[in-house]
Amino acid sequence: MITATRKPMEEILKSVEPFSKILLLGCNECVTVCHAGGRKEVALLGAALRLGRLQKGLPMEVEELTLERQCDPEYVEELSRTIDQYDAVCSMACGCGVQTIAERYPSMPVMPMVNTAFMGASESHGVWAERCAGCGDCVLGYTGGICPVARCSKRIFNGPCGGSTKGKCEISNDVDCAWQLIWDRLKELGQTELYSKLMEPKDWRTARDGGPRRIVREDMAL
Amino acid sequence: MSDFEPVVVVFACDYCAYTAADVAGRMNLEYPAGIRIVRVPCTGKVDSLYVLRALEKGADGVLVAGCLDGDCHFKNGNLRAAARVKALKRLLDEINIGSGRVEMVQMSAGQGAVFAETARNFVATVQELGPNPIKHAASQAA
Amino acid sequence: MKSDSNLEKVLAGGHFAVTGELGPPRGANLEAVKEKAAHLVNMVDAVNVTDNQTAVVRMASWAVSLTIKEMGLEPNYQMVCRDRNRLAMQSDILGAAALGINTMLCLSGDHPSFGDHPQAANVHDIDSIQQLAMIKGMRDDGRFLGGDEIDTPPRMFVGAAANPFGDPFELRVLRLGKKVAAGADFIQTQCIYNLERFAEYMRQAHDMGLTEKTKVLAGVTPLKSGGMAKYMAKRVPGMDVPDDVVKRIASQPKEKQAEEGIKLLCEQIEQLKEMPGVAGIHLMAIEWEHKVPEIVERAGLLPRPKA
Repeated sequence: MITATRKPMEEILKSVEPFSKILLLGCNECVTVCHAGGRKEVALLGAALRLGRLQKGLPMEVEELTLERQCDPEYVEELSRTIDQYDAVCSMACGCGVQTIAERYPSMPVMPMVNTAFMGASESHGVWAERCAGCGDCVLGYTGGICPVARCSKRIFNGPCGGSTKGKCEISNDVDCAWQLIWDRLKELGQTELYSKLMEPKDWRTARDGGPRRIVREDMAL
Repeated sequence: MSDFEPVVVVFACDYCAYTAADVAGRMNLEYPAGIRIVRVPCTGKVDSLYVLRALEKGADGVLVAGCLDGDCHFKNGNLRAAARVKALKRLLDEINIGSGRVEMVQMSAGQGAVFAETARNFVATVQELGPNPIKHAASQAA
Repeated sequence: MKSDSNLEKVLAGGHFAVTGELGPPRGANLEAVKEKAAHLVNMVDAVNVTDNQTAVVRMASWAVSLTIKEMGLEPNYQMVCRDRNRLAMQSDILGAAALGINTMLCLSGDHPSFGDHPQAANVHDIDSIQQLAMIKGMRDDGRFLGGDEIDTPPRMFVGAAANPFGDPFELRVLRLGKKVAAGADFIQTQCIYNLERFAEYMRQAHDMGLTEKTKVLAGVTPLKSGGMAKYMAKRVPGMDVPDDVVKRIASQPKEKQAEEGIKLLCEQIEQLKEMPGVAGIHLMAIEWEHKVPEIVERAGLLPRPKA
């Protein structure tokens, strides 16, 4: 999923300063799963915003709504009849959702309420960790199912570097050395011969380095 | 200030604090009149939103009163509540309502005296903090 | 010969090689560099010039390399993958080669979080093994990484670093093998204090036939004090300093610890000279450049072979 965390209240309050009536808009997809911008978080932030504004003596009306999906024009269309009554939309979706709203409603200010973080998985309740960098050319089949791009701090393809210590990365004891994990798993799988092969320099065009990316499915596009 | 009688909502776990409040009553131990007790099956049921709603509706303080460590009837609902209160305190500081208006407290069912004393102390703390700032703002705005 | 590198000549001549190290200054002041480098003239076969070591900004490695080249030293131009993409690397390599730098060392580079610009984006377009292969390809095939022909290929003697004591231990020799396969003409290792464990590493490397394909220079660093020995033992990741080494230095009275450190170092160098597959030493005398002449003299490494 795409993970996110709420922005600091100080930044949020500053960004909504000019407005007196906002639509606080959640998303029922990724940010719901990572507890950053679903119905529940919309309710919490809504309460916090009302309290925070009252404390300043500047009450603000906060309407709460959570769309099925904010990154899809179909669902964003729902707002078309009501959106004019607000001064701004405060989106708790990831950056994709915020931009879908901005694109569909050109004259409506849209403020992000969360910082979109990374594509990750849940390690345990309340803990999410980065797993995929969306490089566009998956190598997991050669690396024991552990990604060197997303999980090695130096995205090394022929690791580990000299900084790997007791299974941990040189940057922090809280970070696993991806290459230790890769090696352990290759051994488990009986695929250690994959390690000996030199991995060629990566073609980063499929990643962000080739410019903004797009997928067009001709069998589906109307 | 002296005539300020804080309204404090206590989310009290049925297995401990709620009974303790009862014990305090039966022992004729006094606790302030502004205490409003809401019985919950476990502090684990106390959603962060309940606390914010109480403050939004004008409560001057909120106590979340659960079981002692290791005594939770549902294993660790009290610990989860404590973690939530910690996060809420941070949020309340961020929006200048003040972290002191919310506390997590723990006690056993028999501790009527502890309940009464905890309630008195917390009300005294809130008295010092003054009324929930939103009330003042709301009256100004009106 | 693959290059005009003095280090290549020394190694090809079968001599026990000695390389030193120099850290560029944190300012636009070449005098300090020249002063440090002067201690190394005629004492070592090449001098590693670090590239923003520990992710702290310093004068460009190529600039310091050229400066010491003019003083008669052979620079070993270090380049980390952290700060440059493949375009920047290749253009710097061409420039370095054109101006007479003949020796290079490929490194991943410490993570920016350790340095003075933790906010920096880290590049890591290619890794240090791909970098080795790239330089070898530029030299031997006369081709850029992108495939185009180079009109005058850079004649670079190219090496890599190795940490025999990093984790996982079983991967260390395998990774050395990858560096050799990628084209490492020489290897300089991390500081070695545990000679027994290093001998085991060298034995494995020898069994894999790696010591025939590359020249391994064992990294050594004099312990200046008991405090330094303890610090290296406890704080530096991937460093193996046995207890008896720490004890030996720390048990001396303060004013004699530095002397004991040099004595220990000379003994280690004697052992390394005898160790199969060890082609030389890489002497990292950190902020102790003025002691290098004394150390190489006492270790019986003088005079250095003339190119």
